Amino acid sequence: MNSIFEYFADIFHTVKSLLTGMKVTGRYFFSPWEIVTQQYPENRKTLKMYDRFKGEVIMPHNDHNEHRCTGCGICETACPNGTIEIIQAKIDMPDGKKKRIIDRHIYHLGMCTFCGLCIKACPSDALAWGQEFEHAVFDRSKLNKTLNQPGSSIIKDIVE
Amino acid sequence: MNFSIYDFTSFNQWIDKFLNDNLPAFWAVAVEMVIIGVAILLFYALVGLFLVYAERKVCAFMQNRVGPNRVGPYGFFQTIADFIKLMLKELIYIKNADQLLFNLAPFIVIIASFMAIAAIPFAKGLHAIDFDIGVLYVIAVSSLGVVGILLAGWSSNNKYSLIGAMRSGAQIVSYELSVGLSLITIIILAGTMQFSEIVEGQRDGWFIFKGHIPAFIAFIIFLISSTAETNRGPFDLAEAESELTAGFHTEYSGIKFAFFFLAEYMNMFIVASIAATVFLGGWMPFHVGSWAGFNHVMDFIPPFVWYIGKTFFVIWVMMWFKWTFPRLRIDQLLTLEWKYLLPINLVNILIMAFIVLMGWHF
Amino acid sequence: MKEVINLPVKNVEEEEYHINMGPQHPSTHGVLRLVVSLQGEIVKSLKPHCGYIHRGIEKMCEKDTYPQIIHLTDRMDYLSAHINNHAVCLLVEKALEVEVPERVKYIRTIIDELNRIASHQLWWCSFGMDMGGLTCYFYGLRDREKILDIFEESFGSRLLHSSYTPGGLMMDIHPDFQKNVKAFIKYFRKKIRDYDDLLTGNMIMQMRTKGVGLLSKEDAISYGVTGPSGRASGFSCDVRKHHPYGVYDKVDFREILGTKGDTFERYMMRMNEMHESMRIIEQLIDNIPAGDYSAKMKAVLKLPAGEYYQRVEASRGELGVYCISDGNKTPYRMKFRSPNFSNLSALDHISRGVKIADLVAIGGSLDYVIPDIDR
Ligand code: SF4
Ligand code: SF4
Repeated sequence: MNSIFEYFADIFHTVKSLLTGMKVTGRYFFSPWEIVTQQYPENRKTLKMYDRFKGEVIMPHNDHNEHRCTGCGICETACPNGTIEIIQAKIDMPDGKKKRIIDRHIYHLGMCTFCGLCIKACPSDALAWGQEFEHAVFDRSKLNKTLNQPGSSIIKDIVE
Repeated sequence: MNFSIYDFTSFNQWIDKFLNDNLPAFWAVAVEMVIIGVAILLFYALVGLFLVYAERKVCAFMQNRVGPNRVGPYGFFQTIADFIKLMLKELIYIKNADQLLFNLAPFIVIIASFMAIAAIPFAKGLHAIDFDIGVLYVIAVSSLGVVGILLAGWSSNNKYSLIGAMRSGAQIVSYELSVGLSLITIIILAGTMQFSEIVEGQRDGWFIFKGHIPAFIAFIIFLISSTAETNRGPFDLAEAESELTAGFHTEYSGIKFAFFFLAEYMNMFIVASIAATVFLGGWMPFHVGSWAGFNHVMDFIPPFVWYIGKTFFVIWVMMWFKWTFPRLRIDQLLTLEWKYLLPINLVNILIMAFIVLMGWHF
Repeated sequence: MKEVINLPVKNVEEEEYHINMGPQHPSTHGVLRLVVSLQGEIVKSLKPHCGYIHRGIEKMCEKDTYPQIIHLTDRMDYLSAHINNHAVCLLVEKALEVEVPERVKYIRTIIDELNRIASHQLWWCSFGMDMGGLTCYFYGLRDREKILDIFEESFGSRLLHSSYTPGGLMMDIHPDFQKNVKAFIKYFRKKIRDYDDLLTGNMIMQMRTKGVGLLSKEDAISYGVTGPSGRASGFSCDVRKHHPYGVYDKVDFREILGTKGDTFERYMMRMNEMHESMRIIEQLIDNIPAGDYSAKMKAVLKLPAGEYYQRVEASRGELGVYCISDGNKTPYRMKFRSPNFSNLSALDHISRGVKIADLVAIGGSLDYVIPDIDR
């Protein structure tokens, strides 16, 4: 007798648990306002990343096309992946001395692991995180970027 | 000819007469067959494509997503795009497969589901053939599909496929029983196996209401076992993608895969139609006893719409199952059938027979 | 005299065949290859083949300075990236005898627990998927997204943060951090009921997992199965309790222990741990002391020569970092004791005699992350 009771209790519990599950999915089916999908390419205009979002490493320039990089190469050594390449140039100072400045600050986006060490290490705060995230390109060489813009120079008040 | 969307009988007779008047008898039959074939083929393709779309949307909504929404408005043409893609795709040649059986299998599966459609009444007078053993015919034909699945699993020369096929075999053989028995419960109530008469018998109330609790139990059992028979989740052990990658159709690609895919959805459509026809009154409108006004309004909705509505309701319930439950294990699957569904079913038939004998049904 | 011909009698019952589950297979969650010997559907034995995603992280560590090592540890068990970072940070701090500010300890603990919840959420979805309930996957990911948003707001990335550095944090938490975490806890307390309704209470799931894949306490200890999988067998191995780090000694939380060690217990361990983690966060979130987000560290970190070991409780078990330093700015040798590797070693033992479907469920309940196995 007991086993017969158990048999039906089993069926009852099973059905009940299954219905509980169906209630969950059923509820979501009838509440489309809970949909969480973001329509990505359509919402590009309104899509705003968080301020601290790590999209890529950039070198901010001011309105006079000036950056803060002294070309010291600390970021290059701080980077664990060899992502950054600093190419320095020598210029003649008015007082006759030679001075090293940055010629090209090359950043291989494809090799970057977004660890942030370069930005942290830079003594003159020349680097920052950019918000750009649509990095897909057809050619890998397009991922090698030169961070200092052509013709740019260093902001005057930076002291080494 | 008076053509109406409420009754297709006269329309059919008119075509029949027209053909017989103008052609010799043999050719008239041949032309009729071709017409029916083309009509069913078109219907088949349309329903298949729509069901795939519907499934995606339904599961998306259940999962808090929007589902396909890129091709056409609300992604409506997504499945058509997919179908074109599948047709254009390369058919991968499997080196050690049994070529004949490998190529034959998808056709067997699809033909089985194709044949079953013929007997289903879509509206009054709208069925290809009205057997007096319609129910039996549909059961017999729809279980042919398992042969295709077994062949596919065997000939693919892939262990995953083989396991999938074997599971499927065990599953369908056992669940066939429950499908049959639950239909028998209603046949006892209806007193006939002819679909048109079964539908006609539900003029004053659907069998699920007429047959008291046994009919309801039979309906539930039919739902469960037909879900299992069509290899759909939670009984999709034959495919079980987290265990067997894709089960019996792992090795298929392109249009052959599409055949399996379509057949799955068509089988679902067929069992849902049977459920709708046998339990929910087929194309019969919903009538409530003596509410003449209400009944009249219901009559106004064309039978075809009733039929489609009921069928899609059943399909929706089956999708609901699939997108809620985890999959069963093979031994649990068989336990469910042999220890629970089958005994309940047998007792249920007895009760139903008793009710009919005593004339307690409505 | 009649000749007796001895036909080779093959017992069909005893014939075994092998299938490769992986490297590409929907249930291995990565590139792990399991060579499974089957008899019908019964698993006779299995052999994991690792190394498909071996990146030589331990070797790479030898050329990196200590702050640089952090970003590599992210990539081991990427689902508990913060906790991995924490291990190396603690090791360096211990070796240099740096006292990190209280604020850092609090924040790290909270973030670790958030990370644990996120990891368990992802485990829940993939476990549901392994069981065939695809809908679970989307619910889990939906809720995990909230945590990732919190991470992104503070640290700028969602999965691989590299946000701890020896001595503190890369950057301070966002001003909205506390508000958002509290909102998340409130939200998730509600949503976790869906999880229970959908999967935990489901009879099919219970039938498939109860009494399947038994791992006794002795075996758990001898295989070194730690984390929720080990605790399900009754092996009290929570590093947070036994060797507290961060501020775990100041909070009140239970170490959840199971008794049976079957798949269902392992499942329940993680479900309960999510609740416990939420409790820990709730105790800490309002009490984050003010202060620096990093201790003053030298520009170049050189560990005194010697051997160091630090363990933390990652979301899948005990993560140990062993380091030999020769006094240089790079370690002489780094070794990670990754929890998944040990947990995987028990898989063969657990799954003998079960069906393939159970094997998939057991795999899901052990919750292995392949990059952590191969490193
Ligand atoms: S973020 Fe890290 S990997 Fe990328 S350039 Fe900076 S230091 Fe190198
Ligand atoms: S970016 Fe900063 S660290 Fe790198 S070279 Fe320029 S100043 Fe030096």
